[in-house]
Amino acid sequence: MNQIAPLNDYSAYPDPTGRFGDYGGRYVPETLMPLVHELEAAFRAAMADAGFRGELDGYLKHYVGRPSPLYFAERLTRKFGGAKVYLKREELNHTGAHKINNCMGQILLAMRMGKTRIIAETGAGQHGVATATVCARFGLPCVVYMGAVDVERQKPNVFRMNLLGARVEPVTSGSSTLKDAMNEALRDWVTNVHDTYYLIGSAAGPHPYPEMVREFQAVIGRETREQILEIEGRLPDAVVACVGGGSNAIGMFYPFLNDEDVRLIGVEASGDGMDTDRHAAAINGGRPGVLHGNRTYLIQDTVGQITEAHSISAGLDYPGIGPEHAFLHDVGRAEYMTCTDREALDAFQLCAELEGIIPALETSHALARLPEICTGLGPDGIVVVNLSGRGDKDVNTVAQALGRTI
Amino acid sequence: MSRARIDARFARLRAEGRAGFVTYVMAGDPDPETALAILEGLPAAGADLIEVGFPFSDPLAEGPPIQRAAQRALARGMTLQKSLDLVAAFRRKDSETPVILMGYANPLETPGYAAFARAAAEAGVDGLIVVDIPPEEADPLADALDAHDMSLIRLATPTTDDARLPVVVRRTSGFVYYVSVAGVTGVKEADAGAVAPNVERVRAASGLPVAVGFGVRTVERAAEVARIADAVVVGSALVDEVADALAANEDVTDRVLTKVAALAKSVRTARTPSRGA
Repeated sequence: MNQIAPLNDYSAYPDPTGRFGDYGGRYVPETLMPLVHELEAAFRAAMADAGFRGELDGYLKHYVGRPSPLYFAERLTRKFGGAKVYLKREELNHTGAHKINNCMGQILLAMRMGKTRIIAETGAGQHGVATATVCARFGLPCVVYMGAVDVERQKPNVFRMNLLGARVEPVTSGSSTLKDAMNEALRDWVTNVHDTYYLIGSAAGPHPYPEMVREFQAVIGRETREQILEIEGRLPDAVVACVGGGSNAIGMFYPFLNDEDVRLIGVEASGDGMDTDRHAAAINGGRPGVLHGNRTYLIQDTVGQITEAHSISAGLDYPGIGPEHAFLHDVGRAEYMTCTDREALDAFQLCAELEGIIPALETSHALARLPEICTGLGPDGIVVVNLSGRGDKDVNTVAQALGRTI
Repeated sequence: MSRARIDARFARLRAEGRAGFVTYVMAGDPDPETALAILEGLPAAGADLIEVGFPFSDPLAEGPPIQRAAQRALARGMTLQKSLDLVAAFRRKDSETPVILMGYANPLETPGYAAFARAAAEAGVDGLIVVDIPPEEADPLADALDAHDMSLIRLATPTTDDARLPVVVRRTSGFVYYVSVAGVTGVKEADAGAVAPNVERVRAASGLPVAVGFGVRTVERAAEVARIADAVVVGSALVDEVADALAANEDVTDRVLTKVAALAKSVRTARTPSRGA
């Protein structure tokens, strides 16, 4: 990559054209462009409206259950023998993950825009469940596109979405996974532009989605900042989050972007390992390209065809990454490490055994890098991990990987 | 040639007082040899301009027919470079029929726009349609194509209102492609009555011929659109012929060209006054 000059204000992005340096933008068919502009205007107006923000804050408090606690993980800290480990407990939110923060913001925006039908894509089903949940709460019809392969491996979440009144559309095109679900959702949107709102769950897609999802997830980092200052009287030395599309990570990172003494560490899923082609690490194993409305790092072959990602965690099983992460990587503001399926499984069990918290497999990728991060920082250090989701949904997958039957 | 080849073709169509027929075929579908045979047969079967799709793994504006065509082509190893090779082979026998390459942004990113534009010009490509590069993102690509006098063909759609139209037609040449339905290719049917005023609007704003596609599958629909547009584009219905011929174990080239001939006849005679026969 070209060297990009250090910047004074990392939080000043995206620019008015939706770019984070070379990344982001609005790479969608012309049919959607007027909608994308309309969405941006509506988003700006809503964020400038104290009434909208007040309404959102009210739902976050009373329906989602915010603020989520910042918890000192004493036994993990002792185990790693280095920096103090704090967990930002996003898994305690309604529906069990950070995804609901963004869904609540976007559903209120969709209603403000007069949209009457909601569509979404989902991989593991967490974003689909969160979307179905807010649609149930506000009485809007909901269609969730989900790869046929994921429908099969995440049956409990499919049933949850059905219970919540959503229709789950299995997608059989392409490789029948998350990227194909996103293609299908975009095809639906292009076909039903007049009444449909596309509720994207990742900090990806065309501008303004990466910025909008970041804004609705930044509550994670803002709370963390206040909480750690209250508990420790200073900012952490590092914050750590797993990265698929990157919504929980950007929500945690954003309020710390200009605190340059705080290391921002994202952890990508390296599946069977970076020496294989079965991974989902877009930054560590991909190169820049254009997919799903934005320019970003993508896992692709030598001639620009997108290749299938692999991770034990369905939520990280995506060949791209949000454009702001691509930018933060290039300018060196954030570091992106990797974690294999095996390491994630070990961290999953360790967290359950030592802290009594069963983390999502996605989150386990972030936990897995703690030993070296904590040792590196030493006992005076402080590290915060975004515990982005709970692992109840993953018990079947984990049992299978461990060769056990439930 | 390039832009000039497109302009010359539309000038001739105007002189003949008829609409042009634009055929879309997927490069490498069902295999590279057959795709070349189809391509070479298209002008004689009545195609006035040819769109050659270059396959992409994630074609988000395509309906099932072209999605499947892309999958067939990719399974046979088709790439952007091999798509250009196909056009170059076609050009050895036909120097007049404009060829427009159509596809998605990501395969262009690997060589980079400048190298791609040079290779495309050498292969004899006259214009390019990139479905997921809207005008807001198009300047770098337009610069690269300008350097080789190739047209970046723009898409106007039912959601393109009067305020947006100038943005869409800025820096365009050759013709404008009017997407007749809000949706993906090959699913909804165009309503010629609703399309007519939009064709007028786009023609007035761009000063260019307007080709209409995305919802034209039948000879009847093609004739209706030929009465109001400068050109009619058919894609999904042709790649469906490939699929059907494969399924029925018939000669793919024959079947596609027979369909092209029927549609071309319909387009060519659409504006001829009925003799009351």
